[in-house]
Amino acid sequence: MTTIAELPPGFADKVLSAQSTFRSVMDAMARPGSVQRIVPMAGTPDTMMRATAAIALTLFDHDTPLWLDARMRESSDVLKWLKFHTGAPVMQDSSVASFALIADATALPALERFALGSNEYPDRSTTIILQVESLSAGRAYELRGPGIDGTARLQAAIKPADLFERLGINEALFPRGIDVVLVADDAVVAIPRTTRLVTKGS
Amino acid sequence: MNAPAYNFAYLDEQTKRMIRRAILKAIAIPGYQVPFASREMPMPYGWGTGGVQVTAAILGPDDKLKVIDQGSDDTTNAISIRKFFAKTAGVATTTATEEATVIQTRHRIPETTLSEGQVLVYQVPIPEPLRFLEPRETETRRMHALAEYGLMHVKLYEDIARFGHIATAYAYPVKVNARYVMDPSPTPKFDNPKMDNCAALQLFGAGREKRIYAIPPYTQVVSLDFEDHPFEPYRFNAPCALCGAEKSYLDEIVTDDKGSRMFVCSDTDFCEGRQAEGHHGSLSAAPYKEKARQQEKNNG
Repeated sequence: MTTIAELPPGFADKVLSAQSTFRSVMDAMARPGSVQRIVPMAGTPDTMMRATAAIALTLFDHDTPLWLDARMRESSDVLKWLKFHTGAPVMQDSSVASFALIADATALPALERFALGSNEYPDRSTTIILQVESLSAGRAYELRGPGIDGTARLQAAIKPADLFERLGINEALFPRGIDVVLVADDAVVAIPRTTRLVTKGS
Repeated sequence: MNAPAYNFAYLDEQTKRMIRRAILKAIAIPGYQVPFASREMPMPYGWGTGGVQVTAAILGPDDKLKVIDQGSDDTTNAISIRKFFAKTAGVATTTATEEATVIQTRHRIPETTLSEGQVLVYQVPIPEPLRFLEPRETETRRMHALAEYGLMHVKLYEDIARFGHIATAYAYPVKVNARYVMDPSPTPKFDNPKMDNCAALQLFGAGREKRIYAIPPYTQVVSLDFEDHPFEPYRFNAPCALCGAEKSYLDEIVTDDKGSRMFVCSDTDFCEGRQAEGHHGSLSAAPYKEKARQQEKNNG
């Protein structure tokens, strides 16, 4: 059992760290495929990467229902840390979540089970924060879409391997859809619902 | 003196989180208006409360802020917003477009081409392009959901039928990423082509109407038109009277009660920059500026 006093700390400077983290995430979202670094550091409960923790402290609060995958949920540290620092409610039902935290990508549920928004309110959709192995080495992905000048090249070791195929629903459903933020340690790459895969290397 | 009573950039952290989440969704769905819980700001609606909230949510201590009002850095609105953030966030401010990392604007896009490191924040009075055609929010929302924009084309067509050309001169509707029709805020249609494939991120904030929307960098933005009546940017057919620029957007200034007028660049930073480079117009800049420049040269 961890007591509150033993929990990993939040940001040392709440205001400026949140601002700096947000700008990295905003730049990532505005330039899909580009790797952005999260600079400010907070304590991280195990199973949560540094950038995941920083994003949680920056964007989560009582207005953002969360869904955690089994790996995240089984850690009482993660639950306590999120509850103490953000106050965000953790839901059993993934279809009402504003954010989903995925530590074990092989167990990523079908994307249709998250909130996709409605045609009237496509913004009411889940942002998936997916922890991956690497955002600097691995397969090459060529992406296009708004925010990208021509095509963007991303080298990453992403699980599930068919993530981009699964994200194909974004093309069919637009403007409804799922936005994904990939996290590897302190690196962040965003794949908003407008981004399309051009080619996938080996 | 810097009163410590404000949080950084005025807004409280919970509000910033809410606005930041809205901004992320706005970027993910280009041109879609994300509702947000707009706050009361210490300035009246119509003075840029939406833009100010967006700026407050993104601004950091390393940013350099530029604020323009109709292209000018020197009008009341621009100066008071610049001072507001200098006081509440302690950020550096500038009037030079290339130096700024965040530019808040009311009704103009700077003449200088924007770059990748910049964010342009628009103040928007009425974000809904269909509002004057259909007053009911439930209906316009449905129209956006179905991409049902025929009414807008009818409006442009009626312009042509009545005046022989599309008479909409500002807030000229655009289609973003081939999906959402969007109000570019009341910028002159001269500025519309600058939004297309722009290197900078463009964010729009409407405070009274509680909407945030965005155009990511390098996104297709098309001004609505017809094959036989293509979109044409409008510009007074005159050079700037101060810097001689032939391609900038001009303000018309009445100079006496006998019908005299002069045309000057609406973008003051662009105009001053050109004058500093030695460009002259027919009514060149005030002599005191020449003197000051001469003095600076002698001193330096």
